[in-house]
Amino acid sequence: MAVAATGRDLAASLQTGSGETVIEVQELTKIYQVGDLTVPALSGVTLTIHGGEFVAVMGPSGSGKSTFMNILGCLDQLTSGRYLLDGLDVGRFSKDELAEIRNRKMGFVFQGFNLLPRASAQENVELPLLYSGVPAGERRRRAREALIRLGLEGREHHLPSQLSGGQQQRVAIARALVNAAPLLFADEPTGNLDTKTSLEIMELLTHLNREGGITLILVTHEPDIAAFSRRVIRFVDGRVVSDRRQEGA
Amino acid sequence: MTGLLATVRIALRALWVNKMRSALTMLGIIIGVGAVIAMLAVGQGASRKISEQVASMGSNLLIVMPGSLTSGGLRMGSGAQMTLTLDDAYAIERECPAVAAVAPMVTGVAQIVHGNQNWSTAIQGTTPGIIPARDIALVSGRPFTEQDVRAAGKVVMLGQTVVENLFGARDPVGQIVRIQKAPFTVIGVMEKKGQSLMGHDQDDLAYVPVTTAQKRLFGAHFAGSVRFILVKAGLAADMEQAERQVTELLKQRHRISPKGELDFTIRNLTQMLQAAEQSTRVMSLLLGAIASVSLLVGGIGIMNIMLVSVTERTREIGIRMAVGAKVWAIRMQFLVEALTLSLSGGLIGIILGVVSSEILSRLAGWTTIVSPLSVVLAFGFSGLVGVFFGFYPAYKASLLNPIEALRYD
Repeated sequence: MAVAATGRDLAASLQTGSGETVIEVQELTKIYQVGDLTVPALSGVTLTIHGGEFVAVMGPSGSGKSTFMNILGCLDQLTSGRYLLDGLDVGRFSKDELAEIRNRKMGFVFQGFNLLPRASAQENVELPLLYSGVPAGERRRRAREALIRLGLEGREHHLPSQLSGGQQQRVAIARALVNAAPLLFADEPTGNLDTKTSLEIMELLTHLNREGGITLILVTHEPDIAAFSRRVIRFVDGRVVSDRRQEGA
Repeated sequence: MTGLLATVRIALRALWVNKMRSALTMLGIIIGVGAVIAMLAVGQGASRKISEQVASMGSNLLIVMPGSLTSGGLRMGSGAQMTLTLDDAYAIERECPAVAAVAPMVTGVAQIVHGNQNWSTAIQGTTPGIIPARDIALVSGRPFTEQDVRAAGKVVMLGQTVVENLFGARDPVGQIVRIQKAPFTVIGVMEKKGQSLMGHDQDDLAYVPVTTAQKRLFGAHFAGSVRFILVKAGLAADMEQAERQVTELLKQRHRISPKGELDFTIRNLTQMLQAAEQSTRVMSLLLGAIASVSLLVGGIGIMNIMLVSVTERTREIGIRMAVGAKVWAIRMQFLVEALTLSLSGGLIGIILGVVSSEILSRLAGWTTIVSPLSVVLAFGFSGLVGVFFGFYPAYKASLLNPIEALRYD
């Protein structure tokens, strides 16, 4: 299958990583249709993100920052414009090809954690491996390793409801990392956490970016959280109003 | 295909993880299927029982009864006059082509004595025609013959109830019993027929030759006349023709003018039995209706549980898609889940239905018949409801973008 092959090529190219252009969007537009109303969420966004970057996407609520991240993460579809992921036009991919890209190249961390409520921490982390056809034994081993790496040893068989917010978010991060995805998207990852836990999670993410070489795209409205990043893109009314590089904390 | 196997495993794990919902869904299917099978089994059993009773009375039967008597302007009731004779019966047998068998009846009640046992029973004097007319089968011995009738022989055929009371478990054939002090030889024992539609014990009787009954037992009451005549038509379709032929013949023999009042009446036994069958059919239908209601309620139960979980499951679908589940993997998972629930629930329901039918027939003594159609019907309906409401919402969710599914509420 030709397109599956492009997916695999994409994987290989993404691994080469640092410094190369990974994400390129041109005149990206997203319009929501609500009844008779058309609500523009993004109006002509053009920018480039390189491998190994740590980008904070900021802006007031309704500014389009989450929509932007969802489109980059192939969770949502753009209305017009172009999105090139390592030079390949994402708009040409089918739903299943997008699923494969998400599975192998991307990890997601959400504000609400989005764990399966009735599955254990271990089972939640195994989920991406399940869909990439990893055999059961290896699945268990890798999920366990990821959990241990995030300091969750001994919690493998807890349900999300039996874990604290910080622990649940660590499980979500473990799930994002378990398939060794080079791209990590985080949508308000500390939004439901207290200050101390937020700092721990941010240090963890920063560490993954600096030491693990993971490209990190983080959506937040808190300046304290954005301060961890090395590049801040600000959105207002669906447009980029500023794009500044800064020294990380 | 390892992908399929993995999906089946995901589905089974999801079922296990959502134990409560799985159990409730299955309960709906189990109750629906079980109730339908049990109810239809009771209905079918009842109509089978009625059919057997109908068959036990003999089929295609007409009863010719003596008519009313008008005496000096005073009209007596039906059967007041003994207008039918043995010769009438023989004439019917001879001259009516639509008639297959005739049995004239002379009846009375008498004490039968054997050794130190005695039993009061219905003594029916008749001819060998009773065997085909009533569809009688013998368990031992022989029926009586024309020779016995001509000779007014002292021979008797006994019903099971009489045998049990006089002989217990012994075979009475060849033994001597006394009826009104006269010795009779037992020549045959009739097969058990059970209760009639009216709850009458059809095995509490004894048949003797009609001539013997007239001359030796009930002679004082019936001089040459018979109480009634059983007439069996050859085919169900011949009933009307037989009735017409018998009527014509008897009018001629009794010298009744074309417009004169008949001194006999003919009753069609089959019509009566058909009415009884009709009423059981209505009962079966009623049970079926109740069963369909429980099936429907079970279906609504399944539907409710499935629909209530749609929100939660749509988010689950969003999560699975976000981490890389392909559309077919999502659909397969939910299809396998729905099939597993429906099939296992259906199977348990079938077992429950069959077992409760069995318990009903053991405890309440009802005849129950589990029909394959009811099994297929109940299983099919519950299965379809389960699969539809388990799979369809998931199918719709799989069409969404992952982010839409994640935000669904």
